Amino acid sequence: MAATDVDIFSNEEKRNLSLGGHVGFDSLPDQLVSKSVTQGFCFNILCVGETGIGKSTLMNTLFNTMFENEEASHYQNGVYLRPRTYDLQESNVHLKLTIVDTVGFGDQINKEESYKPIVDYIDTQFENYLQEELKIKRSLFNYHDTRIHICLYFIAPTGHSLKSLDLVTMKKLDSKVNIIPIIAKADTISKSELHKFKIKIMSELVSNGVQIYQFPTDDGAVTEINSSMNAHLPFAVVGSVEEVKVGNKAVRARQYPWGVVQVENESHCDFVKLREMLIRVNMEDLREQTHARHYELYRRCKLEEMGFKDTDPDSQPFSLQETYEAKRKEFLGDLQRKEEEMRQMFVNKVKETEGELKEKERELHEKFEQLKRMHQEEKRKVEEKRRELEEEMNAFNRRKVAAETLSLSQPLKKDKDKKN
Amino acid sequence: MKSEESEDKQYVGFATLPNQVHRKSVKKGFDFTLMVAGESGLGKSTLVNSLFLTDLYKDRKLLNAEERINQTVEITKHTVDIEEKGVKLKLTIVDTPGFGDAVNNNECWKPITDYIDQQFEQYFRDESGLNRKNILDNRVHCCLYFIPPFGHGLRPVDVEFMKALHEKVNIVPLISKADCLTPNEVKKLKDRVRDEIEHFGIKVYQFPECDSDEEEEFKQMDKELKECTPFAVIGSNTVVEARGQRVRGRLYPWGIVEVENQSHCDFVKLRNMLIRSHMHDLKDVTCDVHYENYRAHCIQEMTSKLAQDNRTDSPLPILPLPTPDVETERLIKMKDEEVQNNHH
Repeated sequence: MAATDVDIFSNEEKRNLSLGGHVGFDSLPDQLVSKSVTQGFCFNILCVGETGIGKSTLMNTLFNTMFENEEASHYQNGVYLRPRTYDLQESNVHLKLTIVDTVGFGDQINKEESYKPIVDYIDTQFENYLQEELKIKRSLFNYHDTRIHICLYFIAPTGHSLKSLDLVTMKKLDSKVNIIPIIAKADTISKSELHKFKIKIMSELVSNGVQIYQFPTDDGAVTEINSSMNAHLPFAVVGSVEEVKVGNKAVRARQYPWGVVQVENESHCDFVKLREMLIRVNMEDLREQTHARHYELYRRCKLEEMGFKDTDPDSQPFSLQETYEAKRKEFLGDLQRKEEEMRQMFVNKVKETEGELKEKERELHEKFEQLKRMHQEEKRKVEEKRRELEEEMNAFNRRKVAAETLSLSQPLKKDKDKKN
Repeated sequence: MKSEESEDKQYVGFATLPNQVHRKSVKKGFDFTLMVAGESGLGKSTLVNSLFLTDLYKDRKLLNAEERINQTVEITKHTVDIEEKGVKLKLTIVDTPGFGDAVNNNECWKPITDYIDQQFEQYFRDESGLNRKNILDNRVHCCLYFIPPFGHGLRPVDVEFMKALHEKVNIVPLISKADCLTPNEVKKLKDRVRDEIEHFGIKVYQFPECDSDEEEEFKQMDKELKECTPFAVIGSNTVVEARGQRVRGRLYPWGIVEVENQSHCDFVKLRNMLIRSHMHDLKDVTCDVHYENYRAHCIQEMTSKLAQDNRTDSPLPILPLPTPDVETERLIKMKDEEVQNNHH
C-alpha cells in the first residue's frame, strides 16, 4: 500500500453523477470497521520520565486496571526499556496494548547517554517492521506491530521550566515518535503557577524547535475539540488508583489533610482531557501518523543509507529487487576479496614462521657442531697430557731403578776401600 | 538582722553570670551562615523566604532549560541584617544555583566543597594572625539539602553530595514540596530516606542528647523531633485566607495548604529546630567539630610538607591561596626577582 494518500480522482476529469437509487456503498466504512474489529487493534505507548514520577500509576489510572509492576530503584547503571504487552477488551473491541517503561531514566549523575537506549528501541521496532515489509513471503496483516504510537513525556512539576535533560531528550525523539508532554504530579502546583509553567514549557519547546504531536484539526467532526485541547498542552495530570468517598460517590482521588484531589475533576487536573485526546478521539490518528510520517522517514533514511535511489540518472525507475541483487553481488564480492586477503596473509605468515624456524634449526646445528669440535679438542689435549704424564712417570721409574742399583753398588765399593 | 547578714554572706553573686552573658551577647549581636542546596525548582528560595519572613530573592533571573544543559555550579551569597526584640542577627544565605541541573553532573558538588574549605581556610589564617580583633566568621554553619519528593528515596546525586559534605558541614536533609505526598507517602519516604542515609554511612546533623535532668515534656518533644527527620517541608511566598485568619499558604482548588499547620507539614518543626533551639548548637558543632577537623588535617599536611621544604623562615607557613590573582602573582614574582638581584 502506498504510504501517501493517493487521490484516485486527481488525473481525471471530475464528473459528478447523481444516483437514481440507493446503491449501498455507503456501508463501506462499516465494512472497514467490522473488519478491523475482528482483527483487533494494537496500540503501543512509551512512557519517558524520571523514576518515581508516576508513569505506572498514570497507566493504571488511564486504563482503569492494575498492570503488574514493581517499584523501580534509583541506582540503575543506565537506562533500559521494559515493554509489557496486555490484552484488553471493552465491549467487543480487542486491544493489544504494549506499555514501554524507561527504567532508570534521570537517575544517573552523567545523563549524556540517557536518550540513546530510547532512540535505539524506537528504531529497532521500525527496523523489525521494515524487515517484515521487505520479505519475499510476508504477512503484514498478521504482524504484531510494535512500533511506538505515542510517547508520553513526563515533566517534573518544578514550576520553573523544563529540565535540561527533558529538552535534550525530546529533541532526539521528536522526529521519531509522536510526543505528548505531560506535567506529572500536578497536585503540587497551584493554578496561577500552572498557567505560567505551561506557557514557559511551550515557549521553550518552540524556541528550541521541538515538534510535539498536534491533535489534528482537519477532521471535521473533531476539529473544534482538538484545537481547544491543543491550547491546553502540556496536560497537568494526577494519577490515582485509590478511591475516596466524596459526597456519596467513591471516586479515584488523593486524600490530603487539606483536601481531596479528584482525578476526574476537570478543575483539579487535566486527566480527563488526556484520556479524551489519547484514547477516545485520536488513537487511530496516532497510529496513522506513526506509520505515515515517522516510519516512512525512518524507512527512507535507512534505504538511502543502503544506497537505494528512487530513479537512476536516465530516469528509468529501478526495481527494488534489481538494486537489491546488485548490492548483494557487491557485498558477496567484497566478502570474497576479504577472504582472499586473509588467506594470503595467513600463507605469508606461515612462510615467515617456517623460515624463522629453519633459521633457528640451522643455528642450533652450528652450535652443536661447534661444541662437538671443542669437546674433541679438549679430549685430544687431555690425551696428550696423559701421555706426557705417562712418559714422565716411566722416566721417573727408570731413574729410580737406576738410582737404586747405583746406591746398592756404592757401599760395596766403600767396603772394598776400607779393607785395603 | 542576723539571718539577713548570713544570707548576704552565703550569696556570692555569680548566679548572675547568665544574665551578663545575655546582655553582652545582645550587645555583640549574632551571625549565622546558612547554605541551601538542591536541584532547581524544589522550593529552596521560597522556603528561605518563609523561614525568615522576608523576600531575599526579589529580582532573580532563572535560566532556561537550554542554558542549563552545560551549566556550572555557582555560589551566591545574600546577607541581611535582621533584628527581633533587640537581638541583632546577621544572616548570610549561601545559594548554589546550577547544582544538579546540567545533563552531566559529574562532581557538581566540587565548587561547594571548595567554597566551604575556603571559608575554613580564611578563618584559619585570621585565627593564626597577629590582629584578631575583628575576625569575620564566614564559615557555613548549616546546609539544608533538598530532596525531591517525586522519587522513591535518595538518588545517586543526593548520596554523592551528602557524602562529599558530611564531614565539612552540618547537613540537614529536607523533603521538599511535601504537598505532593499524602501522609502515608510522607511516612514511607521518610523511612526510606532514613534507611538509605544509614546504609550509605552519611553523617547528617544529629540533635544533641537531652540532659537526663530535663523535664519529661521536653524529652518527649525532643524524641518526637528526632523521629520526624527528615523534615517534610512546604514553603510559600503568598498569604492566603484560611479559617478566618491570614496565613502563609498555598491555594488549591481542593483546599488550602497552611505552611505553619503542623498536620500539613514539618515547617514549624524545622523553624523551631533551626532558629529557636538549635541555631547555636549548629554553630558550636561547626566550630568544634568540622572546623577543628579541617584545622588538624591542614596542620598535618603542612608539617609533612615542611619536612620536605626548607622554607622555615616564617613562623606561620604560607598556605597557597585557592584562587591566586594573576596580576598579584606577577607582581610578587617581579618583586622577588628584584630582591634576589639586590642581594647579589
